[in-house]
Amino acid sequence: MMLLPCPWCGPRNATEFRYVGEAGPRPDPASATPEEWRRFLYVHANPCGPVRETWYHRAGCRRYLAVERDTATNEVRSAVDSATGVAR
Amino acid sequence: MTNNGSSRTNGHRHPSGYSAWSLLRRGAVGGKWPRAWREHDLGSSYDAVIIGGGVHGLATAYYLARDHGMRNVAVLDKAYIGSGGSGRNTAILRSNYLTPEGVRFYDRSVKLYEHLAADLNYNVMFSQRGHLTLAHNDASLRTMHWRTEVNKLQGVDSSVIDPDEIKKLVPYLDTSPGTRYPILGALYHPPGGIVRHDAVVWGYARGADAHGVHIHQQTEVTGIDVSHGRVTGVQTNRGRIATPVVLNATAGWATLISDMAGVSMPVQTFPLQAAVTEPVRPFLDTVVVSGTLHVYVSQTDRGELVFGASVDPFASYSMRGSLEFTEGIAGHVLELMPALHRMKLLRQWAGLCDMTPDYSPIMGPTPVEGFYVDVGWGTYGFKAGPVSGEAMAATLATGKPPEIIAAFGLDRFADGRLVGEKGAAAVGH
Repeated sequence: MMLLPCPWCGPRNATEFRYVGEAGPRPDPASATPEEWRRFLYVHANPCGPVRETWYHRAGCRRYLAVERDTATNEVRSAVDSATGVAR
Repeated sequence: MTNNGSSRTNGHRHPSGYSAWSLLRRGAVGGKWPRAWREHDLGSSYDAVIIGGGVHGLATAYYLARDHGMRNVAVLDKAYIGSGGSGRNTAILRSNYLTPEGVRFYDRSVKLYEHLAADLNYNVMFSQRGHLTLAHNDASLRTMHWRTEVNKLQGVDSSVIDPDEIKKLVPYLDTSPGTRYPILGALYHPPGGIVRHDAVVWGYARGADAHGVHIHQQTEVTGIDVSHGRVTGVQTNRGRIATPVVLNATAGWATLISDMAGVSMPVQTFPLQAAVTEPVRPFLDTVVVSGTLHVYVSQTDRGELVFGASVDPFASYSMRGSLEFTEGIAGHVLELMPALHRMKLLRQWAGLCDMTPDYSPIMGPTPVEGFYVDVGWGTYGFKAGPVSGEAMAATLATGKPPEIIAAFGLDRFADGRLVGEKGAAAVGH
């Protein structure tokens, strides 16, 4: 079981969340080249180690969280509210 | 035959044939069987280096040496051969995919598997017992009909059957209409079945070795040398190897290896968990798959039931098992076969799946000259081992991918020519 420390709800089982994926800047659809847009859609860093990503607490506060997790061990280093930056 | 790591024999030798006669003779006379494949000192240069000693890498080496005369080839594995996805999958073979490109490709693989034991002189125990993909709702039933028609057009044996016919094939399946997810029909694919996955790896290793290929276990690639846009060698924990051709045939580490050559991959790595029960008497002689319930079940020759699931819900390189998986798979299996409620799980394990956006692999050249990939094998890599080996061998030997894998190039993501197989590849093993 993997616990995510939700800033609003406390430590909760990862099954309560939806995994959104690696966090990165979204290019402006109006000005992005097809190349930039496809890179944004398809290409991820996919590191074996620390990664910044987004999770959605669907069975809790229904907030998007910015999470730092180590993909080699699944150790969660931090989780803050994506919009407000509030940490627990 | 030396059995330590110091021999560096050149050329190829004929494999000592396995046969009823050789078994009888050795049984009567005694004597040790020769090693199925040898160990070698790491060469300073090879004509081609294949990273990943799984079924894909070893099959590529085998066909390179056998069909293209490239024998000065090394296969590197950071652990032991077959230690990755090749030894962790649930050993199911089938070709009832959704796109014409996919069906043609996987069907060639099933055809190669049918003759593999004879080709390799190694019993891979392919049991073509039939493969059932259950439909629990109208949407999946529609997809089954779609797949059936695509399959038939490609000459692949598939049909949609109703619950009564399913019950005849699998009497222990609960086909009553009162279940939570009633079974409405199934895609029946008679050529599908199971195979002994370790034997496939060992058979290819033995065949490649007999043709002069060097298999280096415990040899981890730490870097790939690229100069002026072309590959010049690989760095390993045992030293540098100079080579003009490198194939990334890893699963689980596809992006990490490709990053070493400066090639980014549209791949994300997810664990997939599987489990096996204690052995019981034979009662299940087909492979049963349910996409809705995210489970596939088959019974091995030893009598164990093998359960597989879909990938875990988040990307990770951790292969630790989870309680959520065990609970989920037990519940879903009981939904299908309530009679199994007293079975005990023996063990569970996980493997790493390199998922691509369209659930099809990435095969062929990359922007770095001499650096080829055979990656992105998601949850469908094992069944494609032979055809991938054959096609990648042709690619490495000629520099040009053959027609059968033309649709799976890395450039399809930039060009927007995706080969959508999610409807047939996700969970549908």
